[in-house]
Amino acid sequence: MIRVVLPAHLKNLAHVTGEVRLDVTGPATQRLVLDSLEARYPMLLGTIRDRHSGKRRAFVRFYACQEDLSNESPDAPLPEPVAAGEEPFIILGAMAGG
Amino acid sequence: MSGVRVLVGTRKGAFVLTSDGRRDDWTVEGPHFGGWEIYHLTGSPADPDRLYASQSGGWFGQLIQRSDDGGKSWTTVGNDFAYAGDVGEHLWYDGTPRPWEFKRIWHLEPSRDDPDTVYAGAEDAALYVTTDGGQKWTELTALRTHRTGPEWQPGAGGMCLHTIILDAANKDRIYVAISAAGAFRSDDAGASWLPINKGLRSGEIPDQDSEVGHCVHRIAQHPTRPDTLFMQKHWDVMRTDDAGASWREISGNLPSDFGFPIAVHAHEPETVYVVPIKSDSEHYPPEGKLRVYRSRTGGEEWEPLTRGLPQSHCYVNVLRDAMAVDTLDPCGIYFGTTGGQVYHSADGGDSWAPIVRDLPAVLSVEVQALP
Repeated sequence: MIRVVLPAHLKNLAHVTGEVRLDVTGPATQRLVLDSLEARYPMLLGTIRDRHSGKRRAFVRFYACQEDLSNESPDAPLPEPVAAGEEPFIILGAMAGG
Repeated sequence: MSGVRVLVGTRKGAFVLTSDGRRDDWTVEGPHFGGWEIYHLTGSPADPDRLYASQSGGWFGQLIQRSDDGGKSWTTVGNDFAYAGDVGEHLWYDGTPRPWEFKRIWHLEPSRDDPDTVYAGAEDAALYVTTDGGQKWTELTALRTHRTGPEWQPGAGGMCLHTIILDAANKDRIYVAISAAGAFRSDDAGASWLPINKGLRSGEIPDQDSEVGHCVHRIAQHPTRPDTLFMQKHWDVMRTDDAGASWREISGNLPSDFGFPIAVHAHEPETVYVVPIKSDSEHYPPEGKLRVYRSRTGGEEWEPLTRGLPQSHCYVNVLRDAMAVDTLDPCGIYFGTTGGQVYHSADGGDSWAPIVRDLPAVLSVEVQALP
């Protein structure tokens, strides 16, 4: 089980409150977590990463265990506490704009 | 007639304003999608309770929302707006080629007779259609791949397809306008396109007779006179009576040659409304006086409509999609400003009153007459 924290706008879109809990099959990576998230909440397709290239949207950031994972490979293993469900995978809207 | 519903898209959400047929007491609901830019919010002529919203933001991209209950509840539908086939290139501001890159949907135009069919105009300019209520969007590629496409260049607001007119008399005829490429017409439901910019004059561009490159801001059509179109462009108000084959200037005594919206009275095809804005850089009403101008003669002679509108220290703008008319009698006119006011007239423009004053900057206004 993976815990995911969404930014407020995406919580509203997905009609969820609090953390999202996902069962991810296979090794926990950004790609698999996001695939699983979008499969369960298809309204989030395209909001976190480009639908076609799979690239993270410019103003979206990924954090976990006090680390910025935004520029990690989508296929890199997530930190063990995230994979174990002890720490959340945090999706943030970057501080930008006005 | 049970009343009217005004659909308002703003920089920070969508609002729904309702009234009975008298149009003097209003209920304001919203914001829906608070914090998001709602470029356009509109309803199906075939089913007034079927609404569509184009929702976008710099962080999370483009979404399309659909309501089946008149705006009370909303569902996210498909938001996959891919450029089909060879993406190709258009000109960038510096004159170099740049690949088409999808940014957002500016305008949604529902079919006149099928609530599940909607056309969508994109930035960078492309035309899409859905026939399943917004789940799947298909590009009508003949427009973007028109032989003039590589010459299209964005205006200051981007290279947006902002106007879509589904001809009232001919279901195969579609008009679109792109800033700053110009106007185009299809007579075969989007399979092929003809630039219709003959007679437009555009500032200092070297070739005034250029087939494309004219900054069209908005086009309006009256359903009973489909071959007559009215255009507000970057310079001048224009008119065609031959479905765009040729245009002539009808700016007449307007105080400015610039503005964004244009609308036609619901029952009088020669009565036209514009909101002149000062020059092409200041973008506020001349003399700080917010005036709608009305022509009852199809152009040339224009009268300022001021009753109920601020006539001092008013420096708002009225954007291209932010004016609409209802079909009641007398005809109601509505417009929204970048200052967050939505004004209406229930008497054809003779007098005006604000429905609401302090919304976020208004991007679009549509009105539905409810059965």
